[in-house]
Amino acid sequence: MLRLIVRRLLQLIPTLLGLTVLLFLWIHRLPGGPASALLGERATEADRRQIEAALGLDEPLWVQYGRWIERLARLDLGTSTQTSRPVWEEFTQRFPATVELALTAMLIAVVVGIPLGYFAARRRGSWLDAGAVSGSLIGVCIPVFFFALILKAVFAVNLGWLPSTGRQSTGIDATEITGFYVLDGLLTGEWDASWDAVRHLVLPGVALASIPLAVIVRITRASVLEVLTEDYVRTAESKGLKQRTVRGRHVLRNALLPVVTTIGLLTGSLLSGAVLTESVFAFGGIGRFIAEGIDARDYPTLMGFILLIALLYVLINLMVDVAYSLIDPRVRVN
Amino acid sequence: MTARTEKLDRLAELTARRDTTAGASLWVEALRRLRTSKMALIGASVIALFVVIAVIGPWIAPHDPTAQSWRDEVFVNRAIFVGPRSENWLGLDHLGRDQLSRLLVGARQTLLVGVVSTVIGLAVGALIGGVSGAALAFGGRSGRGVDTVLMRGVDMLLALPSLLLAVSIAAVMGQSLSTVMIAVGVVQIPVFARLLRGSMLAQANADYVLAARALGVRRRRIVLAHVLPNSLGPVIVQTTLALATAIIEAAALSYLGLGNPDASQPEWGVMLAQAERFFVPEDLLDQASLMAVCPALGIIVTALGFTLLGEAMREALDPKLRG
Repeated sequence: MLRLIVRRLLQLIPTLLGLTVLLFLWIHRLPGGPASALLGERATEADRRQIEAALGLDEPLWVQYGRWIERLARLDLGTSTQTSRPVWEEFTQRFPATVELALTAMLIAVVVGIPLGYFAARRRGSWLDAGAVSGSLIGVCIPVFFFALILKAVFAVNLGWLPSTGRQSTGIDATEITGFYVLDGLLTGEWDASWDAVRHLVLPGVALASIPLAVIVRITRASVLEVLTEDYVRTAESKGLKQRTVRGRHVLRNALLPVVTTIGLLTGSLLSGAVLTESVFAFGGIGRFIAEGIDARDYPTLMGFILLIALLYVLINLMVDVAYSLIDPRVRVN
Repeated sequence: MTARTEKLDRLAELTARRDTTAGASLWVEALRRLRTSKMALIGASVIALFVVIAVIGPWIAPHDPTAQSWRDEVFVNRAIFVGPRSENWLGLDHLGRDQLSRLLVGARQTLLVGVVSTVIGLAVGALIGGVSGAALAFGGRSGRGVDTVLMRGVDMLLALPSLLLAVSIAAVMGQSLSTVMIAVGVVQIPVFARLLRGSMLAQANADYVLAARALGVRRRRIVLAHVLPNSLGPVIVQTTLALATAIIEAAALSYLGLGNPDASQPEWGVMLAQAERFFVPEDLLDQASLMAVCPALGIIVTALGFTLLGEAMREALDPKLRG
């Protein structure tokens, strides 16, 4: 197992190195540049040059790339040209918001999706099954931001049940420890702050959950249907095992294998969807900062954030593979 | 990267498996099942309707989609929005343009975005995947090198979340309709590449390939005449599903302000993005909400049509479900 993980980590190195080259060239081809973005349109040529020299942008591209990689090796992501703060600080400050949002969405998708898919398969052809299947087909066809807009307009603006923007109500002065507001409230015993953060997470969480939920329902359903016809299920049933044992140990456990992989695959769509959801709900996560970074031609921020996201994405997939081989002993043999 | 990679490979293998025990060929069999599938029928009808509207839209539109008629309405109704009425069935938008006409004319642009971006993804992706698969299966040692290089490149693209990739491409290229098409297309490249490669590898050890090799058929001919046509199943399914994704992703880019800046040219994604700030669904038939609901419904229904057809095709091609 350890060897597998180490080998896979080593395999990542060339891919990530290639990605740095791609990313660097890409970002530096953005029209305009940080200097013009900082100075505005009426800047003189001399001002622009001075700033570019200060940022090291007057040197040949390969020298700049070398500098960046050298700093990366020392785990230094550089300084944001937008805020003049270290990129790493900007990232860690916003990252908890996005993680909180993504975890909420995934929690909703798993807690609702797996039972729904399971019961849809057990009662194949029932109205529950038809509803789950058609609902999940429609779910992937609704643009995430439109769904988010509807939720916001109905439940926040119109009915006023839940807050419409941000992560926390103004007036709540919570102590910040980890940056995960729900957790922080629990740690300090400020229950109100926690509850307030939860209320802010509901609508964006549901909006972001739409695609993973639809996918999980369908995968679970298909997988349970397949397992139900397996010989070992029939054997277990004819042995006279309790139905609960058959369902829990034989059907569900085996049916969940593809679901685990799918959960990993969905991280990509979660991160993409987060950019949109964060925009609709003015949720201060990394998605919004990247969008602002493009406007400001904030090279270090863009390269740093995207690289960190790619790294994270790749590591999550590695964890999924490890989890997979833990549940399914057959994978380990290969 | 890897879990996704493996999933694509497995998908390719599953849908490409071919056994001709039943006598009828896979394609004939699949087509027969497709015709009896209700899902395929609904999907195909929706797509047909969409294509017809895209073709004849400009001729059947009751008004000029760019003409603004609110000038007099503002004073009469004291509101910019005008709801459904006899001469404008779906009301007017915030600039007083006829909604129905904009929807009818806009279908063409939306179809164009979907088709062109999918063709980009399909063409480039299939080329990479085809070369890679053929090289790995028939190219010997140097072929393995070609495959590794190509697939590492594909993995890099797969390592980035799709929207982020599209956003950065759109940012580099500036706002225009072709930018949207390229950005959405590039996102699809790795998916097509992985699928075709996987499905060609699954074919490479089939009995008919061994037979052809034993008969001394040239490698190029085996790949082009036998392996490639038999590997296309999953790619065709993915093309249909990609059309749905492309239309939705194009709308997302428009929402982030990276869509076609020329708003006089109606396009559903841009229409929806523009309607966002007026959206208050107290009543979904409210004049202002209608402006968002109409293009949104158009996008959802069209995407649903492509998705239904794609899913029906996947089922029809799945060897496990053959009767």
